[in-house]
Amino acid sequence: MAEPRIAVVGGGLAGLMAAIRVAEKGGKVLLFSVVPVKRSHSVCAQGGINGAVNTKGEGDSVYQHFDDTVYGGDFLGDQPPIKAMTANAPRIIYLLDRMGVMFNRTPEGLLDFRRFGGTLHHRTAFAGATTGQQLLYALDEQVRRFEAEGKVEKFESWEYLSSVIDDQGVSRGIVAQNLATMEVKAFPCDATILATGGPGRIFGKSTNSMICTGYAAASLYKQGASYANGEFIQIHPTAIPGEDKLRLMSESARGEGGRVWVPKKKGDTRAPRQIPEGERWYFLEEKYPKYGNLVPRDIASREIHSVCYKHEMGIGGGAKVYLDLTHKPREVLDKKLGGILEIYEKFVGVDPREEPMQIFPAVHYSMGGLWVGYETKADGEMDMAHPRTHMTSIPGVYAAGEVDYLYHGANRLGANSLVSCIFSGDVAGPAAVAWAKGLAKGAESVDKAVFDREVSRMQAEVDAVAARKGGENPFKIVDELGYLMLSECTIVRTNDGLKKARAKLDDLQARADKATVPDSGKTANQSLRFAHQLPYLVQLAKVMVDGALARNESRGAHYKPEFEKRDDENWMKTTMANYDAKSNAPSLSWVPVDARFIKPRPRTYGAGGS
Amino acid sequence: MSSEPIKIRIKRQSDAKSPASWVDFQIPYRPSMNIISCLMEIQKNPVDAAGKPVDPVSWDCSCLEEVCGACTMVINGRVRQSCSALVDNIRKENPGQPISLEPMTKFPVVRDLCVDRSRMFESLKKVKAWVPIDGTHDLGPGQRMNEAEREESYHLSTCMTCGCCVESCPNYNEDSKFIGPAAISQVVLFNSHPTGKLNAGERLDAIMGEGGITDCGNAQNCVNVCPKSIPLTTSIAKASRATTTRMFSKIFDT
Repeated sequence: MAEPRIAVVGGGLAGLMAAIRVAEKGGKVLLFSVVPVKRSHSVCAQGGINGAVNTKGEGDSVYQHFDDTVYGGDFLGDQPPIKAMTANAPRIIYLLDRMGVMFNRTPEGLLDFRRFGGTLHHRTAFAGATTGQQLLYALDEQVRRFEAEGKVEKFESWEYLSSVIDDQGVSRGIVAQNLATMEVKAFPCDATILATGGPGRIFGKSTNSMICTGYAAASLYKQGASYANGEFIQIHPTAIPGEDKLRLMSESARGEGGRVWVPKKKGDTRAPRQIPEGERWYFLEEKYPKYGNLVPRDIASREIHSVCYKHEMGIGGGAKVYLDLTHKPREVLDKKLGGILEIYEKFVGVDPREEPMQIFPAVHYSMGGLWVGYETKADGEMDMAHPRTHMTSIPGVYAAGEVDYLYHGANRLGANSLVSCIFSGDVAGPAAVAWAKGLAKGAESVDKAVFDREVSRMQAEVDAVAARKGGENPFKIVDELGYLMLSECTIVRTNDGLKKARAKLDDLQARADKATVPDSGKTANQSLRFAHQLPYLVQLAKVMVDGALARNESRGAHYKPEFEKRDDENWMKTTMANYDAKSNAPSLSWVPVDARFIKPRPRTYGAGGS
Repeated sequence: MSSEPIKIRIKRQSDAKSPASWVDFQIPYRPSMNIISCLMEIQKNPVDAAGKPVDPVSWDCSCLEEVCGACTMVINGRVRQSCSALVDNIRKENPGQPISLEPMTKFPVVRDLCVDRSRMFESLKKVKAWVPIDGTHDLGPGQRMNEAEREESYHLSTCMTCGCCVESCPNYNEDSKFIGPAAISQVVLFNSHPTGKLNAGERLDAIMGEGGITDCGNAQNCVNVCPKSIPLTTSIAKASRATTTRMFSKIFDT
């Protein structure tokens, strides 16, 4: 066989890292991205990347990072992959440093580290408050170097539509669509790595970029891949409410000393700085004296939600609380948080150095995603070189980054996403090359009919969408989908609400299947593209709601007041969803969590001194 | 006046070859709208100002927080990102006037407000805008850096390749080969990096030939339109000095 050809779908941190590793291993990379890779959603990550480097001499260790991540994920995460990720995190940070990431420095010129949620250590390396952007640019530059050498070929403004699967059930490449010319075409490849990010668009407005629709994952799920832990959606506690999107206000704002509070007097109309210290309710610091404002995201979001809705103590009676940095010196803020404070100032028109910010939780990240396997060695450690590690349930298709489910259990710790994205690409790239090298025959010798068949299927699907008449506008339907999912499937979930939502999803599915494209254009037809994706998004929403409905316990981001406690006996299990064509809905099963290293313990974060 | 419907004029063309024409739209006002939310309204209800159905407008966007660079366009004659273009502010600047939206003029139009900026990414390739690492295997940390220098470099490295600088540059166009301010500033970034500077010569060579730094006409528009306030003219001056030094050393060394 000639050099292995690997399709990498997605140009964020996971995809670019995978591309670099494939190129290093001698494979040829076909890199697909809906936007120029430099514009991928990884740019939105702000606060930093975790790795136990212990620069501050606090006794931090790789094991402590591992334990914090497992505990933070409420013991739903499979432990060998988390152990491997945390062990490799310092190496990854050093690699990024060598690539030229402009990480903030200590007076000695070493990498500086800041505090983040869910840990008591300074473990987060950062480049101002645009760390994701800076990491993405570093990987983008390395990929450009390989591109100049001919080892990477980019297909930007191409959208993954589906995988080409042969009669033995093995993936032989992908079908993609050119978003300018709308051409649908097959690309034979020996392995595929999906690094397509999260599904924020299903919730209407979130902190995600507009390109984060979840379509690619939903498409592979419909082709037979298992989707794991779909019900675990992270709600970030601090976002800026907006008309078009909910912009993230990084956890680093709290890591650098930001304090969350509301006035003690209900409906207090005074300007925030007129309210004396003694008349402010610092509810997180009060309830969690040990972690304070840096409790994990699921807990902070629930507390803010409860202050606003249960206690009706939100600012002016509304759904907002203060995030206050005004006690910090301006020059410190500019140096460490400049990027995010500018975003607030630019979009809200208020200087957060002078006046406390007004924030509220927003959908941020999916812990769930495409199921991927991993192999372990005799000592129980993950076998990073094994071709089945990071492979989805479809042979030859890998998943890496937010689109996989592997590293965060029931709740992701802040600044663990950048490290999981890069680490998963670092593992999936070589695994895909190993798989390709072990194939008896490469994609180039597979019968052309296998590819033609999949192109015809997708072309017919797209043509059918374009030909519909008399249905609704797809962008109106997705607003309804988002509103439904936000109200019933986020911070507080009830079985009644979930059942109603599930019935409504059947209605939305029927309407999405009939949505009409109001655009007659032959070029860059964005409405056609979205109308084609929409039914898939509803399919994924069903996975999330069904998973949440079944899970009668509270764990991490999944909170049901009717089942307030974590139930390890019945629910220390990964939810597996598989598409069932007959019911046009997911069929669910559960597999035990691999907790071979750390025994589960109650997750309290020292609430009330416990 | 502020809650009046928003009037927008959009320069449209259905593909690269079709002629462009202006179409008027009218959008119901809501507080805190930006240009993106106006375009989203058109997507949901594609009718022109007269209520006649039209094809929805195509435009590029992704992050909506002015950090990806995708949604750059010309708004009321000024190139900027449409996510951070707030309707209230624009209407304050030009009371009573419709807001005009045009695609950037220095790149081929794909459709409506979408353009193809691949020329900018090609330029980054040309100037070798990367640190040539030995490999991804574990080689320990990089070199130590002085925090003040780091801060300066960090600023240069926030460039989104959005295209504002080249759109405003009178020397960058279809007929010229000028590489543009963004790529020159990247040369300065990588040539000041502790290991990047080991290959400084190659990057300087790339901006010394045709289309290189001498094509800069010093109009200084770039620095005024950069959304990240990157000191582009300072970068150009630094690169200019470095290329001059290199040119003389080449003459005298041979």
